[in-house]
Amino acid sequence: MSSYWTLISWGPEGWLDDIFHGVFITVALAAATLPVGLAIGFFVALAKQSREPTLRLAGNIYTTIFRGLPELLTLFLVYYGVQIGIQELVRFLQPGASVEVNSFVSGMVALGVVFSSYASEVFLSAFKAIPRGQYEGGYSIGLTGGQTMRLVILPQLVRIALPGLANLWLILLKDTAIVSAIGLSDILRQTGIAARVTREPFLFFGLAALLYLVLAIISSIGINQVERAVSQSEAKR
Amino acid sequence: MTAVTHTVDVDDIPPRAREWTRERIVGTSLLGLWLIVFIALVVYLITAWNPELFQRWAPAYWNGLVTTLQLVFVSIILGAILSIPVAYGRMSKNRVASALAYAYVYFFRGTPLLAQTFLIYYGLGSFRLQLETVGLWVFFREAWYCAILAFTLNTAAYQAEILRGAIQSVPKGQWEGGAALGLHNLQILRKVILPQALIVALRPYGNEIILMIKGSAIVALITVPDLMGQTRLAYSRSFDFQTYLWAALIYLAIVEALRHGIEWIERSLTRHLVR
Repeated sequence: MSSYWTLISWGPEGWLDDIFHGVFITVALAAATLPVGLAIGFFVALAKQSREPTLRLAGNIYTTIFRGLPELLTLFLVYYGVQIGIQELVRFLQPGASVEVNSFVSGMVALGVVFSSYASEVFLSAFKAIPRGQYEGGYSIGLTGGQTMRLVILPQLVRIALPGLANLWLILLKDTAIVSAIGLSDILRQTGIAARVTREPFLFFGLAALLYLVLAIISSIGINQVERAVSQSEAKR
Repeated sequence: MTAVTHTVDVDDIPPRAREWTRERIVGTSLLGLWLIVFIALVVYLITAWNPELFQRWAPAYWNGLVTTLQLVFVSIILGAILSIPVAYGRMSKNRVASALAYAYVYFFRGTPLLAQTFLIYYGLGSFRLQLETVGLWVFFREAWYCAILAFTLNTAAYQAEILRGAIQSVPKGQWEGGAALGLHNLQILRKVILPQALIVALRPYGNEIILMIKGSAIVALITVPDLMGQTRLAYSRSFDFQTYLWAALIYLAIVEALRHGIEWIERSLTRHLVR
């Protein structure tokens, strides 16, 4: 039996390089999902706080569906559903051809819709915390609706929503673990392979858990710094 | 002479027809899009209806659903019991107890549930010899027990934080008031603090149950035949996409029913608090 330190060393003997590739994939997936999820979440929240009932209903349907489905099921729905859909389309256009759907993109879409439906709730409660007078003040100095949103509301909104969004980021980081089920080589899949080959499952799955913990700790430090920076730029009341 | 007072019927000004603002156009078209999606879903499920498939898999889905609910129910209850000492440790002034409880909560809330499940199910296989000598291997060999253990440990960490937050949300004066009446700490906790704390905790507890139901889908990856596991099996045998859609509908129905149920309970429990 080779020593534990050889197993988790860098290089052909050890598995550390493969596992770090997994860390890279996990972080890349979460980082790629974040802006998409934030943008969609913001627009869904905008729809849900609108005075227009049809917009509100459309936004609420979105949140209800994607908050109610298990993340793993959403992932499979996207992965197989989109694959089948595109294949039908391609077969219709050009018989005999076949396409593979990228598992990274599938993971991004699935995690993105889940993240955005939660983010929309965070943004919505932040919208409710902003007094009407802020909008009225914006209009009274002659800003258009879009300008008021961008210059007056959004800077305050981000500050109020930040703790909630930081929480969602930590959840997103953990949720990325499910993409190992569709074959994307993230932390959990890489450590799983190492565990099977070396027959040291506790070592490698323990390492996986520690790596997620380290990512969470690094994120917390980063979040604290962002929050401090934001609260410093806030006007004193 | 009787003064005839004419009451003039003044109709209210007729409501102005709602204009087609930009928002309304966008909203209506988005709703239209949802409608198309739902109609397409219904049409697909009707045209793809396959009695053979249904007869073969409906009982399996039912068993899977029962497995899912059992798993969640058992883990939530066991987790609630385990969460009490953890929450106590978190609030304790004893440095060691509070550090241990904090580490426990941090670990289980900071790592993915899937990684924890793998760590217990596959990872404890590393200690097979030791476990066999203590006679615990029979327990850890079964994916079902491992799933329950992982979920219990995980939910205990979350529930401990809910409990702690709820208890600490009750103002300190309530403790002092109880002490002034001569109650001892346990009595204060049971008769004064918990009735107020549990109302605060109700919504987080409800969310935790919903998160557990959604999270339980991952046990399919360690071969527990829950609803998701049966769905995966059905899909791998039939390659029929409707298997996933049915599962989605079932999960959605459970989660929505639970959400409304919890809202109803909360409304009826907090009736005396409505101002």
